[in-house]
Parts: sequence; structure tokens; C-alpha cells
Amino acid sequence: MTILKHTLDNGLTVLLLQNRRAPVTTFWVWYRVGSRNEVPGITGIAHWAEHMLFKGSEAFPKGQIDKLIARNGGMQNGFTWLDFTTFFETLPADRADLALRIEADRMAKALFDADEVALERSVIISERQGAENEPVFLLSEEVSAAAFRVHPYHHETIGDMCDLERISHEQLWHHYQTYYGPNNAIAVAVGDFDATQMLARIEETFGPIPARSDPPPVNRPEPPQRGERRVTLVGAGTTSYLQVAYRAPAASDPDFFPLAVLTTVLTGASGMNLFASSPPNRSSRLYRALVETGLAANVSGSLAAMLDPYLYNIVATVRAGQTPAQVEAALDEQMDRVLTEPISAEELESAVKRTKAEFAYSSESVTNQGYWLGYSSVVADVDWFESFVDRLEAVTVEDVARVAQVYLSQRNRTVGHYLPEALSEAVA
Amino acid sequence: MSSSFPSPETITRVELPNGVTVLVYETFGSPSVVLSGYLWAGALSETPAQAGLAGFTSGMLLRGTETRSFGQINDELESVGARLGFRSGVHTVGFGGKALAEDLDLLLDILADGLQQPTFPGDEAEKLRGQILTNLERRAHDTRRMASLAFNELLYPDHPYGRSVSGYLETVSALGREELVGYYRAHYAPQGLVIAVVGAVSPQTAVERVRAALGDWQSHGVTPNRSAPPPVHLAEARRRTVAIEGKTQADLVLGWPGLARSDTDYMAARLANTILGVFGMMGRLGDHVREELGLAYYVYSQLEAGYGAGPWTAIAGVNPANVQQAIDGILQEVRRLRDEPVPAEELADSQAFLTGSMPLRLETNEGVAATLLDMERYDLGLDYLLRYADLVNAVTVGDVQAVAQKYLNPEVYALAVAGPEA
Repeated sequence: MTILKHTLDNGLTVLLLQNRRAPVTTFWVWYRVGSRNEVPGITGIAHWAEHMLFKGSEAFPKGQIDKLIARNGGMQNGFTWLDFTTFFETLPADRADLALRIEADRMAKALFDADEVALERSVIISERQGAENEPVFLLSEEVSAAAFRVHPYHHETIGDMCDLERISHEQLWHHYQTYYGPNNAIAVAVGDFDATQMLARIEETFGPIPARSDPPPVNRPEPPQRGERRVTLVGAGTTSYLQVAYRAPAASDPDFFPLAVLTTVLTGASGMNLFASSPPNRSSRLYRALVETGLAANVSGSLAAMLDPYLYNIVATVRAGQTPAQVEAALDEQMDRVLTEPISAEELESAVKRTKAEFAYSSESVTNQGYWLGYSSVVADVDWFESFVDRLEAVTVEDVARVAQVYLSQRNRTVGHYLPEALSEAVA
Repeated sequence: MSSSFPSPETITRVELPNGVTVLVYETFGSPSVVLSGYLWAGALSETPAQAGLAGFTSGMLLRGTETRSFGQINDELESVGARLGFRSGVHTVGFGGKALAEDLDLLLDILADGLQQPTFPGDEAEKLRGQILTNLERRAHDTRRMASLAFNELLYPDHPYGRSVSGYLETVSALGREELVGYYRAHYAPQGLVIAVVGAVSPQTAVERVRAALGDWQSHGVTPNRSAPPPVHLAEARRRTVAIEGKTQADLVLGWPGLARSDTDYMAARLANTILGVFGMMGRLGDHVREELGLAYYVYSQLEAGYGAGPWTAIAGVNPANVQQAIDGILQEVRRLRDEPVPAEELADSQAFLTGSMPLRLETNEGVAATLLDMERYDLGLDYLLRYADLVNAVTVGDVQAVAQKYLNPEVYALAVAGPEA
């Protein structure tokens, strides 16, 4: 795997990876801006701005991008999360140039029409309402807010309803002007192309876009946590949920890899397919302790690789007739175990092999590969992606035991219980 | 481009003496192998009181066999990063697995074990039942799933397509272990089983391995249920509202009885559906209901043309205050598709989309496997991908209007809405 890395004069980072398994090419542009860059009053603006970037420019009027890509047999989309906003097109390889033209235009020439902003407000609010229908969204929102008092990981990417009702056209335009410069972006192409030609075309299409001023830095690190935090949420339904979130290191922290191994032992390997669900992970310790015992219907964990220190999140759906407190007690036993005894060499080996397999699977789709390459570059750097497997293989049982002590103590976590209205009095 | 598509020259198809059909396609430079297939043991053979039985039975196959416990199966698969699962549909039970190419034998061995000698341990059945029941409880509070469930019941009363494959609280609670064993014995057989192997494995090797794993399986007097249930007719508009407390968004499903995959109208209907609610961010519905009216976070249409005539639906998630406006917007687009010929250019766009997106669909081993299984399930022929563009491009503006008029009636439809109490 040879990744060609280049920086244009206007500051645009370019990453190219040839993958000629299929006659398909994916092209992504990643902006180093997400809800991490938002302050109260404009929460949700990064995601809303992403929506506005599908609402047209002079060259590509509203709705044209979708249609042009579909007509050419491709797919396209945009995503916003805590650390990034990104757009991609995947096309038959001989049509890939269209993606470059669309993304260069999107970077500099979006219209942000005021009427479109007004119409999109109701779509965004509808998206938030759809999320609010899900108890796990509501719980996760409360847990993040409790876990981050200072850092902007405090709020969800969708934003708070009061801000969605008030964010103005001017603020959205300002967001675009501030963060969408080539010097704040990474262009990624993966697929069936000649790297020299691809680089030349990226130079031609993106080169003329002027750099913007450097965006303001995010300077609100979360202070160390000095004790367990707990939140309880009462809501609709008849099912209870438990979420436990441990403060975790950033992707670029050397502790990230040993903790990734440990979380694989606890809750299983994370899937690396953007468009498919994670593997079932029924051999993990928490599956055995929570699901096999009949306490929970399922359990999942995720240690997301992030720009700033984030969370190792564990979420369990409590079985009917059980309570979140019972599930939490069973979880505590397992967490105590990783604090007091090292994982076995076999567990280490298996965790590494599983993650390597997921990494290999992800290389079978250029879209997935483009996603992981771009994502890695935003939260760490290209080297993080290229050395991913090596760094995992270098992890020792002792490393794992050490990071368990650092990150998985009770004082370093936030616990959330979601209790259905009907049951809340009985178990609260 | 089409010369590189899987074709009779590059697909290997072998029928084993016991009725298993093996399809193999080798992809070079891929680290993995995908195994995917189906057999005729779906929910079609359940009685209404047994709803959920086929799904429960398929979920038990890897929860204990003559040679392995549930824990051993999970350990063996997951320690090498492999996965394997079964899932029941109405007609068939599907299975799918993936592993690094070096672990194909393990995957096939566990598949064969689950299919041929499951033991249905009682304690595992109780655990799985508990998980299914919790899932059904969650469904009862999920607006999207409840809208879909209510719609199917409304459009297909007393019909297998109207029943939930996952079942219901009362039916799943009542299913005994002996019913699971009975369903397995009555419906699991190699006759009609199809398995596709796609990835870094040669056809000779793959066929040999499948033969070793499944070739000796003999069923005893099982005849797979390959019947298609009768089509339904909707004579009057039907509407059902499901009130779910504490929700902020409503989901709606509006639709009609559609057609089977084998129907001669299929390709015209597929294009009509693409124009209505798929093409370029959800077609005309997306343009009108989402973009112009700003009403919905999502809206699209879906043609479920399978072994029998499934539904043809429009689906949307909207603010509860906007439900009627969204319905009006959907029906307006349905009328337009019936009353006005589609502009030739718009049809050409959707044709270009269906033909042009084939390289993307065939990019992954999973995508190739799904395509091979469709060829077999619907008898499309191994040369289907070579003929595909011609089939798509043969559809005319008149064909699209004709199927819209035949299937999509803006006065007579079934409508289910799930959301907060209005």
C-alpha cells in the first residue's frame, strides 16, 4: 500500500491510493471542522452547513449533483461528525473527473441561498426529531453532556433544538467562509487511476482556489475527571438502556492502540465498513457476562479514534424484567477483572487478528478505503493509517494492563440509565 | 465494461446430487472470501399462531450443534475475524459469512454443522427468546418499524406477507422447543439450497470444499415449500394509525400491491419506481416533498418484487403536523406519473443510473454474491448481466406510464402512520 501525499500551494493536502481491484474510483474532500468547532448558540451549524452544500452553485444548481452522479452510475453523500465534515463521490473509474469538478466547486462557489436556508431549517429540525424518537440517542446525548463539561464534544452533532430554531443565514455563510478553505481540507482519491494524472487534474481543479485565513483553534480541553458522574433519563417505551462512557485517549496518543486491544477483548472488534453493521462479537467478555446471562438483549462498545480525548462508550439494551442497575453490576465485575488480572496472550492474539481482518475487509471497497484514509488524516495523520496494523501488533499484555489502570477506573466514567416512564418508579 | 461482468464464462455453477446448487466466482487480489446463500425454510409455512417460528428456528442453528456449543462456534469464528449468520425471510432462510480466504474451510464446516446437526439446546432457546422479545418490545415503540408492520397487516390481511417474520410478543412467548425442532425437521433440506462462494478462491477448490461440507446431507422426505402466495387485490382505501407516546416524529407508509420479480412488468415498474422515489436522492418524491416543500427528513419509494407480489410503497418520516401535507405531496407525484408521460430525458437518466451503477454494485465480494443469488432465485440466467443493459434500455415512456396506471391508484391505497397521538 503506497499512499502518495502532496500539498498544493494553496494548502490543500492531497492523498492518493491506487486500488485496481475494480473499475471504480472514490473521491473525498475532508474539512477539518465538525461540531467540535461549535460554541453554544450555533450548535448544529457544521451539519447544517453540510446540508447547504447540496443546495446549489451556479455551475451545479440545486439537485443537479444528485442527478449527475446517479446518471453516471455513481453514489455520493456528505457526513458531519464531531471532528469533520466530508463529502464524497464514488464513480465508475472513467467518470471520476466529475467528482473533482463537483468538489472544487463546492469548496469555493456554494450559493447559500436564503430561501434554501429557511426550507432546510425544517428538514434539520425533522432530522433532530427523528433522532429524539430513539431512546439511545437521548441517552447518549445526556451522557456526552455530562462527560464533557468544557470541551465541545459536550453536544451532539445535530445540535440543540433552540439553536436549530435560531441559527441565521449569515451565521451559516460565516461558517462556510471560515472553514472551507483548501488549507483546511484534505482531498483523498482511492481507486483505479494513474496517480500522476490524478494529481495533475486535482492541481488544475483545486489549485486556483485561494487559501483562506487559518480557522480559529479549539482551545477548551476537558479538565481531568475527578469522580464518577451519573445521569438518569426517564422517557417513552418499555425498554431500559445502560450506557457507560470512560474517558479515553485521542487517536494520536500512544495509549490508543493498547486500549483498542482491550476494548476488543471487552466488547469486540469494531467493524470498518461504513455501510454495514459491526460484527456480532459474541465471544467478547461483556457479551458473555451481560447477554449470555440473560441480563441484556445486546451490548456494544466503541472506542472512536478522535482528534481530542473522547470516550470508550458501552451501550446495553436491558432485557425485559431486568434493570440497568443489575446490568451495571455485572459490567462492574468484568471491569474489575481487567483492572486486577492481565488479559491472556491468546486474547491479545485473537483481538489483533480480528482487527486485522476487519482492516483487510475494509480495503475491498474503495469507498471504505477512502473513508478510512481521510478519517485517519483528520484525527491523526496518514502514518496512523499506514502503520495501524503494525502498531496493533506491537501491543503487549503489559501495555494493556497499564492502560486499563489509567482509563477504566470508575472515577473516570459517566454512567447513564434510561428508564421507561412506566417502570421508572419501580426501579429508580 | 460489460465484458468484465460475471458471465457464463466466468461463473461456475454446479448442482450436487443431493439438490444443492453451488455458484462460484473468483475475484483476484481480494483478501477475503464471502459465502452466501439460501434454502426454502422461511416463514411461509408458519401458521398465524406460530408467527416468528421460522426466524426463531434459524436463529438457533448456530446456538449448539452435535459437535460444538454456542460459545465454541463464536470463539472459532471470531478468533479469526470470521462471521456467519442466518436470517429468515418469508420464503427463504438466508445465510451469509465472511472470512479471510485462508479460513474458508472453517466457515463451511460451521455452516454445514449448523444446517445438518443443530441440537436446539433448551437454555439457548430461552436466551434467544428473551432477545427476540426485547426486540419486539423495542419495535412497539419504534415509529418506523410500526408503520411498516401496520402497513403490511393492512395490505395483506390473512396472508403470509401481512405477518411479521419476527413474530409478535404472544406468538414468540408461546413457541416451545419441540416446535423449533419440528420446523427444522419439516423444512430444512438440501433440495433447492443455493450457495455462492465469491472471493480469493479458485472455482475448483470452492466446489470441492462445498461438496465435502454439504454433499452428503440427505433429507428425509422434506419437500421445500416453493409456492408463491396468491396476489391480493385492494378494492377500497384503507388507513391505520398507530399512536406511540413520547415521539416527536411520525413515519408513514403508503402503498399498493405490487408485482413478482418474474412478472413481465418488472423492468418497467423498476424504472417507474426509480423515477418516482429513487433516482438522484430519492427521485421525484425527494424533489417535491423533501426539497420543495421541506417537509420530510427522508422520503423515498420502494418496489419489493420478490418471489411473490410484494408491496410497492412510498415511505416518509415527517413532523406530526405535516403528515397530511406529505401524503398529499406523495399522491400528487403519483398522479403526475400516471397522467403525464415521463419526459424521455428523465427516463434516460434513470436507465443510465440502473445500467451505470453496476460496476459499483459488483465492486465487493458481497455485491457479486448477492447478484449471483438473484440470478439463481429468479431464474435470470448466468448471462443476465450481459443482457441487463438491453433489458433496462428497452423500457419506453409508454411502458412506464402503463405500469403507473396499472399499479399506483391515487384514490385507492393502504396507508399506515405511526407517531405521537395527533
